Amino acid sequence: MQRETLKNLLKNGAIWGFIVLELVFFQVVGSVLSLSETAFIDPDNMLLLLKQSAPIGIIAVGMTVIMINGNIDLSVGATYALAGIVMLDSMTWPIFVGLGDWAIPFAWLMALLTGCALGLINGLIVWKTGVDAFIVTLGAMLGFRGLVFMYNGQQPTYHLNWTMVDIAEWGVFGLQTSALVFIGVSLLVWLMMTRTVHGRNAYAIGNNREAAVNAGIRVGPHILINFVLIGFLAALSAVAFYSGSGSVNPNDGMLFELWAITAVVLGGTKLAGGAGSIVGTFGGVIAIQLLRKGLGHIGAQTETVNLVIGLILIAVLLLDKQLNRQGQQELKL
Amino acid sequence: MTTDRKPALRLEGIVKTFPGVRALDGVSFEVYPGEVHALMGENGAGKSTLMKVLGGIYQPEEGRIFVDEQETVMTSPLQAKAKGVMFIHQELSLANELSVAENIYLGALPRKSFGRVDWKMLFDRTDAILDRLKVGFNARTLVGDLSIANQQMVEIARALTVNARAVIFDEPTASLTDAEKVVLFEVIESLQAEGVGIVYISHRMEEIFKMTDRISVLRDGSYRGTLTTAETNEDEVTNMMIGRSLDLSRNHAHAELGDVALQVEGLSCHALFQDVSFEVREGEVLGFYGLVGAGRTEIAETLFGLRTPSAGKIFLKGQEIRIHSPIQAIQNGISLVPESRKEQGLVLGMSCRDNITLPQVDDMTAGPFVSDGAEISIFDQYRDKLEIKTPSWRTAVGNLSGGNQQKIVIGKWLSMRPEVLIVDEPTRGIDVGSKAEIHNLLRDLAKQGYAVIVISSEMPEVLHVADRIVAMYHGKVIRTFTAEEVTEDSLIQAISGIEGGKAA
Repeated sequence: MQRETLKNLLKNGAIWGFIVLELVFFQVVGSVLSLSETAFIDPDNMLLLLKQSAPIGIIAVGMTVIMINGNIDLSVGATYALAGIVMLDSMTWPIFVGLGDWAIPFAWLMALLTGCALGLINGLIVWKTGVDAFIVTLGAMLGFRGLVFMYNGQQPTYHLNWTMVDIAEWGVFGLQTSALVFIGVSLLVWLMMTRTVHGRNAYAIGNNREAAVNAGIRVGPHILINFVLIGFLAALSAVAFYSGSGSVNPNDGMLFELWAITAVVLGGTKLAGGAGSIVGTFGGVIAIQLLRKGLGHIGAQTETVNLVIGLILIAVLLLDKQLNRQGQQELKL
Repeated sequence: MTTDRKPALRLEGIVKTFPGVRALDGVSFEVYPGEVHALMGENGAGKSTLMKVLGGIYQPEEGRIFVDEQETVMTSPLQAKAKGVMFIHQELSLANELSVAENIYLGALPRKSFGRVDWKMLFDRTDAILDRLKVGFNARTLVGDLSIANQQMVEIARALTVNARAVIFDEPTASLTDAEKVVLFEVIESLQAEGVGIVYISHRMEEIFKMTDRISVLRDGSYRGTLTTAETNEDEVTNMMIGRSLDLSRNHAHAELGDVALQVEGLSCHALFQDVSFEVREGEVLGFYGLVGAGRTEIAETLFGLRTPSAGKIFLKGQEIRIHSPIQAIQNGISLVPESRKEQGLVLGMSCRDNITLPQVDDMTAGPFVSDGAEISIFDQYRDKLEIKTPSWRTAVGNLSGGNQQKIVIGKWLSMRPEVLIVDEPTRGIDVGSKAEIHNLLRDLAKQGYAVIVISSEMPEVLHVADRIVAMYHGKVIRTFTAEEVTEDSLIQAISGIEGGKAA
């Protein structure tokens, strides 16, 4: 019994231990090499970090739900870009342009609806055709990105509204809007996954789909809801980010899906589904961002960052496999 | 008969324990070249554990293994094969997209220079082996295109590529037709003639008495003795296997029968089963007995909405109902405890509590959230009622023993207050002690007024638990027995299609 508790602690707490390790490492190495004036563990630095991790973080929260449910969504990066374009472009549409700053909520709404619609398409195809989500969303990734380029060619889509920028840069306790959105979304989705029927069933479906069907759970609608949710969150991430920047490059959001998946997996969610947590993903997102910032802080070249993150990801998964294998062997009869 | 020769394979005092269970308790056993030696025992008696020890999958704590009187430590299936111990498993392990030849020489393809495969030699060698087996396909056939029986021949051909000293057949006829069995038996005889020792694991007495020279019996993990086939009979073997007289274990205590809960008329599902009619009353346990493939599980799946019937009617308490999905079945009060609990019945990674409340968690909300209290009270209720042994409700179901897992599945459905509880193979993979508990539980449920349908491949089980027994053969109901009139002989004859019996 005690060993089990210890193992669970090790498994669930690993990501936080890793974060502490990163903080200590970069702090110490940073001051030894005295490369930077400021300490690494500086409140402003940490708050900035939260803001910087928001775009991928918000998407990663949705990806966690999708992956616990036993699916995957590769189209989130393209959805992010497309929602950003819709938001900025819609503010120049004749019906909204007369509203002045009141166009802003409509622009946001358009962007969020775009995200939901794209998610709905993915979800319906996965549900109704039974084609693997990997294939469906791989197609969607290419297709949605195609739409992004059809919108404005290679040109960035540009619209700056200073009220919107003000909203994006508004903040409490030094946390800017996008960071607050990230925290809020994490909290809400965490509640959804741990406390609601939908969350419970999502775990059950991901863990053993056949048993879920046999228990009378309607698998399809749950899958659909989760795809709409991740579409919505990808769009929300775009809203939070582009409200401040005001310019969408057609290549924006590329590889976001992979960064989101990396964060989710680092946070302990199983690729096969059925197990994982929003809290873990939150940790995973922070850990990656810390690594990026930290490597910069100690003067490592930016090119090395991806290599290091890749190596760490593999190391973490190896450790996880080791821990899980031990657990299973004891019980095999 | 063969004592003047050295055994091809000999096990001596094998002990293997798992936490809480002594799975093998000093098992000794030997097979001589050219001998067919049956290994018998109920499910859970330790046969498959013994085979895993022999195949190097498990390491025994005590005991020794000899091949040709050379002591051998089996560390892996590959090593067992290298020592000449081959397994023909119940579940075939073949690559469907590869040819017969590639499957047979998988991992040992003949090579030419630069690592190229010597295809000519591969196909020639394979054809030579296939000739010996007198099969109707050649080395280039895709395994996926073969029938199950022929796929089994491929497995056997694999055994012939190495200098096999002993070949272990695990329930080889489970999915074969009568004609295919004849071919299999011929192959076994020719292996025998080549001086290979054969271990034959089967439940089917008829085959055992036809094919084998000696019979060794395991019960509850311990070795019970070896009989010479020609000098024994089915009764003696059965007694040795179950260690008690069957009749004593039979349950004649009738519960008060209520109304007809479920009535099925002329139900058919394409080729799987045809024209099946039966009824089950409240307070009654109806048993379904037959060989694997007789259509019993398929009937259960149809009643539970997993299959669509091609004809027939289903009445619940006199009302005709149509069931197209498990959801509808559950709404109508029909629940199914499925055959393979880990794959179909449980979400292994979830807690005990969450598994029990899985089908009704929708109704247990307080505001937007699932109510912890309501769930725990349901869990507590069924943990006490079914005596589920678990450290806490948080424990993942995957960590429980088979018997307790099964109770969780049963508890899940009881908490839904069903009209009819269908239990498919209630004690598969469950240790002997828990078996009795599950049996008593099923009897109790009937006493409480549930209509219970029990599907089983184990005769002692249906005899013990059921008030009436439906005997099935090849998708048809052969006869329905009452507990008073049933005898083992008549039941065996009905399910093996030897004698039609009179339809009930």
